[in-house]
Amino acid sequence: MADALTDDDVDRLFHALADATRRDILSRTMRADQSITALSRGYDMSFAAVQKHVTVLADAGLVSKERRGRERLVRAVPARVRRARELLSRYESLWRERAAGIEAILAADDSVRGTARST
Amino acid sequence: MTVIGSTQDPEALTLTFVAEFDAPPTRVWKVWEDPRQLERWWGPPSWPATFDVHDLSAGRTSAYYMTGPNGDKAHGWWTVVAVDPPHRLEFDEGFSDDDGKPTDDAPARVEVTLQPVSLADDREGTRMTTVNRFVSIEQLEQMMQMGMEEGMRLAMGQIDAVLAEGTTQHA
Repeated sequence: MADALTDDDVDRLFHALADATRRDILSRTMRADQSITALSRGYDMSFAAVQKHVTVLADAGLVSKERRGRERLVRAVPARVRRARELLSRYESLWRERAAGIEAILAADDSVRGTARST
Repeated sequence: MTVIGSTQDPEALTLTFVAEFDAPPTRVWKVWEDPRQLERWWGPPSWPATFDVHDLSAGRTSAYYMTGPNGDKAHGWWTVVAVDPPHRLEFDEGFSDDDGKPTDDAPARVEVTLQPVSLADDREGTRMTTVNRFVSIEQLEQMMQMGMEEGMRLAMGQIDAVLAEGTTQHA
């Protein structure tokens, strides 16, 4: 919870992740830094189109771009990816609590019937 | 109740949660269908839910609010996308303003399936799977801020463990 995000940050983060190509680019850059040239070889789209996707990811803070020689390297920023993961983890604990709530309701049925699971 | 497992896909913003209950699907369906039962478990512990309108027919919208520890109210809605009692329910959910007008551009989609499973002594149980997909996450942030008040704080230790085994490279 170290990095508090504004609503705009959150919008950008989830807009960035809403596209399959961008998610794929992010996966690749998480494994290793990638040049945009190398990335565009992996997709049936132009260098410019890939560059556009990378810009959306960079605006969301999910990747950073770095010039190395004549290449631009794209590198994942794990803190942001971690944030998405963290939100899902917290949502998961909500479901754990919900399941425990359902269980409590079902257990109350048994005590009302007197004999548990008579069916 | 046994939590069978859960799967997170942080890149696709999807959470799948699976639990088993010691009651048949027809019974577990009731905790979704009956608003009085639903409000006993839908909200986080510190934000109990009250459903003013609830109807699990395709295309129908439910309206509810959750009341926080300081008496704050957070309004929410569901719209049923598909339903097949007592086995399947698919709905969109989001938050709304005090007049019930949705405040989310892109709601979250929840798919619930209740499958019969056989338990010991020939009893019929239910495996409940929920798949939660997020497109915009404002309401998830909002929900999490609420849950944080007390109930979820306990789960933080577990989450740290999950994160520790997650993105480790570069970190």
